[in-house]
Amino acid sequence: MHIVVLVKQVPDSEAMIQVKPDGSGIEVEDRYTLNFFDSLAVEEALRIKEQGGSGMVSIITLGTQRSVEVLRAGIAMGADEAVLLEDPVFEEGDEYATAKALAVAVQGMEWDMILCGREAFDDSSGIVGPFVAEFLGIPHITSVVKVDFAPEERAMKVEREIEGGKEIIRAPLPVLLTAQKGLNEPRVPPVTGVMKAMRAEIKKLDATAIGLSPTEVGKAGSREEILRYHRPPQRAPVTMLKGEAADVVKQVVAYLRDEAKVL
Amino acid sequence: MTGAVWVYAEHQDGRIRKTTLEVLGAGRKLAEGLGVQVIALLLGSGVDDLVQEVATYADTVYQWDDPLLEQYNSDVYLQVIAYQAEKENPQIILAGATSLSRDLFPRLAGRLQTGIAVDCLGLELGGDGLLIVRRPLFGGKALADVVCRHGRPQMALTRPNTFPLPDQREGGRGEVISLDLHVDLTQVRLKVLEVVRAATKRLDLTEAEVIVTGGTGMKGAENFRLLDDLADVLGATVGATRGVVDSGWRSHDDQVGKSGKTVSPTLYFAVGLSGAIHHVMGMDTSKVVVAINKDPQAPIFQYADYGVLGDLFEVLPLLTEAFRQELGKE
Repeated sequence: MHIVVLVKQVPDSEAMIQVKPDGSGIEVEDRYTLNFFDSLAVEEALRIKEQGGSGMVSIITLGTQRSVEVLRAGIAMGADEAVLLEDPVFEEGDEYATAKALAVAVQGMEWDMILCGREAFDDSSGIVGPFVAEFLGIPHITSVVKVDFAPEERAMKVEREIEGGKEIIRAPLPVLLTAQKGLNEPRVPPVTGVMKAMRAEIKKLDATAIGLSPTEVGKAGSREEILRYHRPPQRAPVTMLKGEAADVVKQVVAYLRDEAKVL
Repeated sequence: MTGAVWVYAEHQDGRIRKTTLEVLGAGRKLAEGLGVQVIALLLGSGVDDLVQEVATYADTVYQWDDPLLEQYNSDVYLQVIAYQAEKENPQIILAGATSLSRDLFPRLAGRLQTGIAVDCLGLELGGDGLLIVRRPLFGGKALADVVCRHGRPQMALTRPNTFPLPDQREGGRGEVISLDLHVDLTQVRLKVLEVVRAATKRLDLTEAEVIVTGGTGMKGAENFRLLDDLADVLGATVGATRGVVDSGWRSHDDQVGKSGKTVSPTLYFAVGLSGAIHHVMGMDTSKVVVAINKDPQAPIFQYADYGVLGDLFEVLPLLTEAFRQELGKE
């Protein structure tokens, strides 16, 4: 059983994000981490491998030299190998171009199953996973909260979270799953894992190595373009309501009725 | 530019979802600007009544009615819509950003070799007639205007509770066209065994008009009864913070925040929660926010319109009673 996990390095949720005054870009504080949902995907891949008793977990990301950190984080958890897709021509790509590069790179690897996070914390799109599945011609299931893998059948029973409930789906290999919160609790990397990660060799591939031309990746290979950025609208300062509780609740009702007009 | 505006009509338990109506309204505006039709897509089994409802908002409804479509299966739905889209080349496809749409439409975009924008807060036409969507980045710390220059159709999924409900179509119902299924069963690899939904009278958090969310200040699962009582009076849905869900007091389905649901109700009560950034990211587009907390330094007050400094165990029962009187519910 060989599992490939797609991961992404994202700004920490506490990181300061500043929109440039002219709306031409954003500045992101240098606080990066492995995307939370991707850590669930890594964990699940390790559990499936351990359950089968053999196999391999490979993690792959498209990024810059800095992204090596999240690959090492994955190896520290227990992944066997890590691949960095790094090339200036990959930069400024949208999800389509990114997924194209990931799919082509994964095509050159050995795998039975692909896992990734439900969405990345930075853009919250959740579309690279389904794109990659489409480009590889395999089925996908998003927002997965449970996986029961039956190795002898090369199939699994998967629970997918939906509004107010779940869908229970049978999927054969190969398949791509996106991990939702509730799937598992990612392990804390053991010290031996961290040591191993520090020494691990990170395989680097550029566009030529995976056989894509510069027109198919990055900005040139993108479908979407960001025209400009805005700051989110600011809420007016809070009105603090004071007094005895019995009186305050009456004020709440009055404000909501007369000022906010939402009752 | 030709090609219609398509709107995916999602339904659940025999009802068209509210977010679908919002998207039909948003799609109508775009279609008028472009001088093209709004075509609704309705897939299901035994959906004649739903088709009639959708036809009050759309110029045309494409209906695929077949037992194979009884439950959502991405392998099936994808083929049905992709076949029609490749045949007709709509210029825009819209849907609400629900769990179904977020599973299906990115895949469809990949198949049609086009882009897709998810969780959109705004849809406008640029001077060149292209769709410009506004979508949040970094949990709403920034917004971006995005255009799909290279690829058709232009696809967008809208955040529920963000666009107003539309008026019915002038001049009566739109035309209903029943279409045949074009599904290659060898390409249906997933099998949906079961769909489980808890019976509830409450709307999903993403569609609720009013939400009352409790944090760890609730001090225990049993105290959420106080929020349930308030929710009953307001017709609201009860939410929870990550801390509450991680403590096992409520299910993950109830979680509001970056690793839970993003909500935009008209009225949001934040009760006994500090306002950690990952929570605020999930509720900051709520129209009116009331925060109840005993800590004057709690960050949630910075994200609220009205703040109540007090003990929630004292305030909540009184608040429930005050709303009961105001709204005339016995």
